[in-house]
Amino acid sequence: MPPAAIPRRRPTASRTATRRRSGLTGVLLALGALVVLLAPPAAAEATSCSPTPTTACLSGTIRTADGDPAVGVELSITGPEETSAVTGEDGRWFAEVSAAGAYEVAVDEETLPAGETLRDPAANPRTVTVTLGSSAGTLFPLGEPSAPSAPPAGGSPDAPAPPGDGEVGLEPGLDAPTQGSTGGSAITWGRVAQQATAGIIFGTLLALASVGLSLIFGTTGLSNFAHAEMVTLGGLAAYVFVQIVGVPLLPAVLLAVLVGALAGWVQDAGMWKPLRKRRVGLTQQLIVTIGLAITVQYVFQFFFGGGSLRIVRANPTTIPLGPVFITTQSLIGLVVGLLVLGAVAYFLVGTRTGRATRAVSDNPALAAASGIAVDRIIRLVWTIGGALAALGGVFLGLYFNATSWNMGATILLLMFAAVTLGGLGTAFGALVGSLVIGLVVELSNLVIPSDMRYAGALVILILVLLLRPQGILGRAERIG
Amino acid sequence: MDFERILVTVAGELFAPTTAAYALAAIGLNIHFGLTGLLNFGQAGFMLLGAYGFAISTIAGWPIWAALLVAVACSTVFALILGIPTLKLRGDYLAIVTIAAAEIVRIVGRSTALTNVTGASSGLRGDSYKQTFHALSPFGEGSTTIGPFTYSNSFSNSWWLRVVAWVVVALACLLVWRLMRSPWGRVLKGIREDEDAVRSLGKNVYAYKMQALILGGVIGSLAGILYVLPRAVQPDSMGRPMTFWVWTILLLGGAATVFGPVLGAMLFWSVLMLIRVVGRAVIPSSVMSTAQIEQFGWIIVGVTLMLLVIFRPQGILGDKKELAINVR
Repeated sequence: MPPAAIPRRRPTASRTATRRRSGLTGVLLALGALVVLLAPPAAAEATSCSPTPTTACLSGTIRTADGDPAVGVELSITGPEETSAVTGEDGRWFAEVSAAGAYEVAVDEETLPAGETLRDPAANPRTVTVTLGSSAGTLFPLGEPSAPSAPPAGGSPDAPAPPGDGEVGLEPGLDAPTQGSTGGSAITWGRVAQQATAGIIFGTLLALASVGLSLIFGTTGLSNFAHAEMVTLGGLAAYVFVQIVGVPLLPAVLLAVLVGALAGWVQDAGMWKPLRKRRVGLTQQLIVTIGLAITVQYVFQFFFGGGSLRIVRANPTTIPLGPVFITTQSLIGLVVGLLVLGAVAYFLVGTRTGRATRAVSDNPALAAASGIAVDRIIRLVWTIGGALAALGGVFLGLYFNATSWNMGATILLLMFAAVTLGGLGTAFGALVGSLVIGLVVELSNLVIPSDMRYAGALVILILVLLLRPQGILGRAERIG
Repeated sequence: MDFERILVTVAGELFAPTTAAYALAAIGLNIHFGLTGLLNFGQAGFMLLGAYGFAISTIAGWPIWAALLVAVACSTVFALILGIPTLKLRGDYLAIVTIAAAEIVRIVGRSTALTNVTGASSGLRGDSYKQTFHALSPFGEGSTTIGPFTYSNSFSNSWWLRVVAWVVVALACLLVWRLMRSPWGRVLKGIREDEDAVRSLGKNVYAYKMQALILGGVIGSLAGILYVLPRAVQPDSMGRPMTFWVWTILLLGGAATVFGPVLGAMLFWSVLMLIRVVGRAVIPSSVMSTAQIEQFGWIIVGVTLMLLVIFRPQGILGDKKELAINVR
């Protein structure tokens, strides 16, 4: 089957989309490695197989040399039983058998995507020993037949089977290089400038996402592990509005922000306020946020599947800005992010409600005694936090070039690192901390492998707690 | 609908090695949280380190006792690194640090830079490290059927592994039972109830917390070994969700109880399996695909965790007076 089997929908005929499409050639190289999975949500015919005492599974994932899933590859399985399998949208295939023994798994090379070959043609067909009640993974790597790195010889009953539950798909931002980050190994000024730019953009978007986390912690004392799900909600809402409803990007962003604000409002009204009234302890509430995060993540996966979803199908254009390249989407994200963060700062410093918010943050009891409606402020903080998280989610989805059910969860700990670094509970601390974390994440690309770069930020989190647990802008008295 | 097959599948989960591994991990977490009140959200990190330590040293040709020692040493060092900065701070800092540290272990383990050591994100294949465990089996080759259950005698997902796993779980339960009644355990409970009161009695609270963190972590790393023995070491299957399932199991069975973790693990996995098999048999695939039935199961787990914490934080076996989950 030719690769055209991937349903590539034309972008909707909005003005933004047509404008973007005109100049897409410049970035194709930089973005070529990004996985593009254009599966329509919920329609994906997901097959899976879990072994029971009387059955066993044969499974595997076939990816092209570039790492994209190879769709529609046919495999035949012969042995004590005969069956066949076809790879799905995510490149995975499954076959269930109910007799143990040696099976021969053969890939039909005719059905490989055009231009793809098996890296090790001698390993096709391959014999796999199957034990009942277990999964046998079989990998058929694609690529140049003369590739020097020998593929791991599959075909044991214990070769890594595809993870069963919910681990499908790449983690956006962790597995795929982000826009504007460059490869290569030599450290040059150009690369440093490029990574620093990427770091500032990422930091700004991270700040959008994490201001709410910090404000909520400040006003209620709650470490909200479900905050990342509001970020994901923003990204997914933008995806739904742009790709399914067909709204142009800009109104879709506004709608996504509204959805986020509504989610924040509803959460506080329906859940957190009643819990505060019941005097449920903060640690209990923390575990409740974890339960909520699990629930919401799998609800997202239930409806949107495990793959990555692109909010905008057209590839973004890049514009040179001095020594660095920046995509228009990132630039818009940066400008909007800075404007919104400025507005939040003005709100907190310059308005009466903002001052009340900071007062509640400082000392809720005293604030209540001086006539501030603490519950109303908390409701407001949840609403604003939800809206900002959703806005951050939309732009992060554009920045990573894809959103997915676990986009927020992937950066949750970076958000915690940012707010802890800045000082838990202080809004400005979240801004400073996010910028530092953004820069650390992208600049650490220069010295450590890019798939380890989030670890660097988390090491900083631990070091901060060791050396200055109150953070950069926090006060020492709150801890301990 | 084939009731017999459903029943057999669900009953098989009750004593599966994975259930034992989760029960053991929850016993470790029980020492952290149930006895001492430490909020460890990185139990999966201890498990992954134990699994890596055992698998990598076995692949390097070390005997099984040395591999076990490596796993224990890894988790001890990890507990020290986590504990030194955070045990003096308020509880939720430990939560954030442990969850971050577990992620660091996973991210470093799955990095392509370490492909030679950890196998990157595809992990380490099972048969590269389980021969030493397999060789200790007195049961010989072949497979045995007991009642409706048929498993191989010694290899991989076997009777041998089941026996060892549940013996380990029983020993761990015995240990917790003894500890809870020992002077040491009473100090831990005191720390959980009122740290300052214990400090005023002249006890070194920090040292006690550290000992509890290390002991629970070591038990967690043994659970990690049990978890990977019937499968492969895959960093992505031992991430944050795994920690959260262990928490759900502990809170379901009842923290600060001896048998809570075991009961929680058995209930958790058998009910999850029940939802899956019944869902597959009853719900037509046009309404919910197989993958969606799995996700539906996890949604139920999340909702259960929320409801448990709000309405019955002491779990099934716990005593509400005994356990007051709270930040002090």
